[in-house]
Amino acid sequence: MATVEAYPESPAPVPAKATGWRRLKSRLWKDRYLILLGLPGVAYFLVYKYAPMFGLYLAFIDFNPFQGIFGSPWVGMQHFARIFEDREIILVLWNTLVISFLQIVFAFPVPIIMALMLNELRSELYKRIVQSIVYLPHFLSWVVVVGICVIFLRSEGLINVFLRETFGWEPIPFLTNPAYFKPLIVLQVIWKESGWGTIIFLAALAGVNPHLYEAAVVDGAGRFRRMWHITLPAIRSTIVILLILRLGHVLDSGFEHIFLMLNPFNMDTQNVLDTFVYFKGIQQSDYSFATAVGLFKGVVGLVLVAAANYTAKKFGEEGVY
Amino acid sequence: MMWERTISSRIFDAINIALLALTALVMLLPFVYVIAVSFSSYTEFMRSEFMLIPKKWVLDAYEFIFVSDSFVRSLIVTVEITVLGTFVNLAFTATLAYVLSRPVIGQRIVLFLVLFTMLFSAGMIPTYLVVKATGLLNSIWAVILPVAIAPFNLIVMRQFFTTIPGELHEAAYIDGANDWQTFWKIVLPLSKPALAAFGLFYAVGHWNNYFSAILYLNDPAQWPIQVILRQIVVVNEAQTTLANGQILLEHAPPAETIQMAAIIVATAPILVVYPFLQKHFAKGVMLGSIKG
Repeated sequence: MATVEAYPESPAPVPAKATGWRRLKSRLWKDRYLILLGLPGVAYFLVYKYAPMFGLYLAFIDFNPFQGIFGSPWVGMQHFARIFEDREIILVLWNTLVISFLQIVFAFPVPIIMALMLNELRSELYKRIVQSIVYLPHFLSWVVVVGICVIFLRSEGLINVFLRETFGWEPIPFLTNPAYFKPLIVLQVIWKESGWGTIIFLAALAGVNPHLYEAAVVDGAGRFRRMWHITLPAIRSTIVILLILRLGHVLDSGFEHIFLMLNPFNMDTQNVLDTFVYFKGIQQSDYSFATAVGLFKGVVGLVLVAAANYTAKKFGEEGVY
Repeated sequence: MMWERTISSRIFDAINIALLALTALVMLLPFVYVIAVSFSSYTEFMRSEFMLIPKKWVLDAYEFIFVSDSFVRSLIVTVEITVLGTFVNLAFTATLAYVLSRPVIGQRIVLFLVLFTMLFSAGMIPTYLVVKATGLLNSIWAVILPVAIAPFNLIVMRQFFTTIPGELHEAAYIDGANDWQTFWKIVLPLSKPALAAFGLFYAVGHWNNYFSAILYLNDPAQWPIQVILRQIVVVNEAQTTLANGQILLEHAPPAETIQMAAIIVATAPILVVYPFLQKHFAKGVMLGSIKG
């Protein structure tokens, strides 16, 4: 998949014996238009991506708006110690990990299966129609997806009306009973992202040599055998890479999505790391502690992604970064 | 491709086609139901059956939301954010992507800085404080500037620019063009389809954005459509969110049809651009999988 980078070498009129400073100056002068052109973008990264990193200082002090950042007392690792003692955070961490785990077990394989099924279709037209439909939910906002889900599942919603009129059941509290929270989250992810997820597998399958299938037919292999021995091996490396990367993002549980599904009935028990940071930091103004929790998540995420990338390379796959 | 015509193979095909049809229906039917209810009359809705085509098409719900000040205002705000935001996105992303596609001084450092932000971010609170410190809080720029460049798009666009033949740059240089002129007069015109594709993706992102709006915008007058939509549908406050005082409330259609109409209006623009998105995204995803 890699391409060789072939740079158009621009003329570099740098005098061979120039001193370092003069060389730098002539290089800067030569690139002056490019530097000006790149300035807004670089400024963006410095202001909105790197300046906040200095704000991580908040995690080590007991920030008090009246004393200001530099007047607030230094507390060192105290907030981080609290992360491992606070029962609420243990619950939040648990929720985050369980939701990720459920997604890896139940949502991750769905696009693979769908891609295998789409790959077996003989009619190109039918394949294209199905693809156009299953890609669509990816572009809907989470508000719309959660909204539609709420409309179907609330006590006077279609599902509960159906259950009442067919079986005479009492309304099932899908949205308010915390027991339904995690399964619903996973189902929504499956509904919204599975179709989109097939793209990368279908792309990998497009490269399979059709002669392989023909040879297998001659050898008497049925549809399942061909799938198992030809199609699956063709996407194996893609699956491994995506799985490893998914493991690297185990602490990201889809913030907007979960935030939208939270309500006063499940708020106490179903928070995840991201939503916890929002409620603590923005709503309760406990900036320091929320920053510490965010930093904890960021560092663990960085280590996990780096480890995931390293592992992917060990598997003989090209890393992503 | 050669296909055998055994019975088991045909059964396999039939089951496969049926299962995929079922999958497509599961994705499509909720949406068709929402459309149907949004156009249905009060009496028909009250029978509360599953319907895919209303017997009588009425526009009550749409009339109700389109006379509501807060709904119309949120639509206008969202259009503003989407247009301005996409423009800012493209300007910031294209310029830096182009610069990084050239052998410029400091290229490696800047690329590293960009890639690092894909691995680690300072998190919500420090970013919030920087947005506050730069004076953007409660201005629509708060949902535009802090997301001016998506690093992933930047890398993909840079990759695209490197495919422009070096001879073009050399020819422009010999004709006396500087990098600025080359960018404007040669690279950008050549990249119109790519810019359109990135613009569409950025625009969908702005249109669908919910979270940064509630994070940075406190004034209900500035709330974009997704925030209003949540009030109407998820929090179930359709009539109170939309009412223009008492008169409207008395003649309100049922909350359900209002909610569905609001969902449809908030999604319609996505459906309109979807065919164009579809044309581009397979390519985009592939480009992205190429090492940047």
